Amino acid sequence: MRSVAEILVLEAVRKSYGIGTPVETEVLHGIDLAVRAGEFLAIIGPSGSGKSTLLNIIGLLDRPTSGRLVIDGTDTTGLGDGDRTRLRGRTIGFVFQHHYLISAFTALENVMMPMIVDRGRADPAMARRAEELLGWMDLERWRNNRVNNLSGGQQQRVAVARALALDPPLVLADEPTGNLDTAAAEGVFARMRRINRERGTTFLLVTHNLALAERCDRIVEVVDGRIAAEPAGAHAGPAAG
Amino acid sequence: MNRWLPFEWIAALRFLAEGRMQTVFILGGVTIGVGVIVFMSAMLAGLQANFIRRVLTSQPQIQLLPREEAARPLRAVRGVIEAAVVQRPTQRILSIDQWQAIAAAVRARPDVLVVAPTVAGSALAVRGDASRSISVVGMDPAQYFRIVRVPDYLVAGEARLGTDDIVVGSELARNLGAGVGDRINVTTARGGQRTLTVTGIVDFGNKGANERSTYVALRTAQSLLDLVGGATTIDVTVADIYAADVIARDIAGMAPVKADSWITTNAQFFTAVRAQQTSNTLIRLFVGLSVAFGIAAVLVVSVIQRSKDIGILRAMGASRGRILRIFLVQGGVLGFAGSVLGSVLGAGSLFLWHRWFRQADGSELFPLVLTADLFAAAAMLAALTGVLAALAPAVRAASIDPVDAIRG
Ligand SMILES: Nc1ncnc2c1ncn2[C@@H]1O[C@H](COP(=O)(O)OP(=O)(O)O)[C@@H](O)[C@H]1O
Ligand SMILES: [Mg+2]
Repeated sequence: MRSVAEILVLEAVRKSYGIGTPVETEVLHGIDLAVRAGEFLAIIGPSGSGKSTLLNIIGLLDRPTSGRLVIDGTDTTGLGDGDRTRLRGRTIGFVFQHHYLISAFTALENVMMPMIVDRGRADPAMARRAEELLGWMDLERWRNNRVNNLSGGQQQRVAVARALALDPPLVLADEPTGNLDTAAAEGVFARMRRINRERGTTFLLVTHNLALAERCDRIVEVVDGRIAAEPAGAHAGPAAG
Repeated sequence: MNRWLPFEWIAALRFLAEGRMQTVFILGGVTIGVGVIVFMSAMLAGLQANFIRRVLTSQPQIQLLPREEAARPLRAVRGVIEAAVVQRPTQRILSIDQWQAIAAAVRARPDVLVVAPTVAGSALAVRGDASRSISVVGMDPAQYFRIVRVPDYLVAGEARLGTDDIVVGSELARNLGAGVGDRINVTTARGGQRTLTVTGIVDFGNKGANERSTYVALRTAQSLLDLVGGATTIDVTVADIYAADVIARDIAGMAPVKADSWITTNAQFFTAVRAQQTSNTLIRLFVGLSVAFGIAAVLVVSVIQRSKDIGILRAMGASRGRILRIFLVQGGVLGFAGSVLGSVLGAGSLFLWHRWFRQADGSELFPLVLTADLFAAAAMLAALTGVLAALAPAVRAASIDPVDAIRG
């Protein structure tokens, strides 16, 4: 489906905070990682090991201190702020632990927002597309509700729909189920997994929930800013159905 | 969601709508500020327009008069003054030397509209047992009526002036018991005496003027005042009334006359207007500043409250420029909406003021001058002020690092 086999390549990616200050610390110590298009990848690891930092770098929200990052065939090294912003908008969808929906808008409008940002204005086709996405998340009934009036699980499903708005090849989800009870977490995870199977969207899922991680194609463990050996039992590649 | 609005406007309007209390309070502030400015500016414009209208329609903007006769000290030998006390000579009614040549020269100037030589003096009007002292203005109606629109004030008869005709003020006509077609005797201290027929009666809306004003043909006044072939005054109107001062000085420089412009004659009025304008400008400036600070303060708080929203919009692919514009639009909208409400408030209060506060006789204190220009200027300025006030908060919003915003 995607022309580039490897949607994501990281080579020797390092990240330091507080550069030039006495508290300079390196958080990522040379990450090498390749992710194939269509993979559903779990990233696990203890708190403070650098998972969010890694995801923010992959998501072009943050810049690595050194190393190379290639997204969907584009080498991001040396890209300017504007190009990074454009690439991010078109190729990457985000789901965060604290959903971060925009409270001034309804569920439908939140899902439309990436399309409006992309095109500069709203049009009726966007509303139809957003309704379809909310349909996948079983949220049609709530589309005109202010997002503050939805439950945690519903809000997170709106966030997943929003991440898919521009049909990006890559979705980054940082502990999306961290604040949800088991049933709600299952609801969110199952829908992401189905999108991955049906549309071939690549997912990077940071999670502490090992039961969910087990159901991914591959598990990557980050410990102290390095990728640990892949735990036994993880699948070697995308599972078929 | 409105399909025609750009993203920046959608987000800006929604943010304003969601911050209900903040928006209402700052709108109230802007409204009051703009209302005060509109009220004050319109009132000042009304007072000025009132005055200027009078100047434009009922008086010459420059008057040329004979140079005053100056008394010189008596000297027997050079340097020795014999009579040290110099009395100011009584100013006789004098004709302007070579007034015809001067009038022609002034009329030839491109910046001059009308030149009307007149002979003016006082006289006694007698009819039967009644007599009144009057002021006689002799002139050429073809010129003079273009400066002082006497025919506009006619209440009876017509403003036709043959050599034996006279147009009189309404009070004078009443005092003398004269109507149109009646004759009155006019005599002067210099021995002039004529019997004139009343052809028109005018009402200037001013008792003093109605009691004394009379108009006759130039020749008639010349013979009454013993100034045959002379002119005591040359009345001049100019194209640009504000240039009257310069033109007057120019004329006085080239011809042996004294030239008074309306600007000099009404120096007090201008000083008052200038003082009022200065304070008006200062008030505008400070109201504008406090409006700007108010908008900036509200938006700074809004940026902080919405830093997560801004972070997520940036993560979604919104550029810094887009975020910047969201807040500039909010500032502009607050300024513009406030100015519209403020214009309504200011114009409404001025309207009520104009209705309730009247002169003793019920006439208006000042004319209502509410021009579209004023509102358009207020709206533009307020919107601009809003945008400028939003600049600092907007730059701050645009510089929010999405990573910081998302990490919380
Ligand atoms: N802006 C920052 N400045 C300094 N240190 C930071 C910053 N952000 C994260 N860190 C540090 O980097 C490390 C990795 O953090 P993070 O990527 O959030 O870990 P995880 O998501 O695995 O819990 C932590 O020790 C954290 O304190
Ligand atoms: Mg984290």
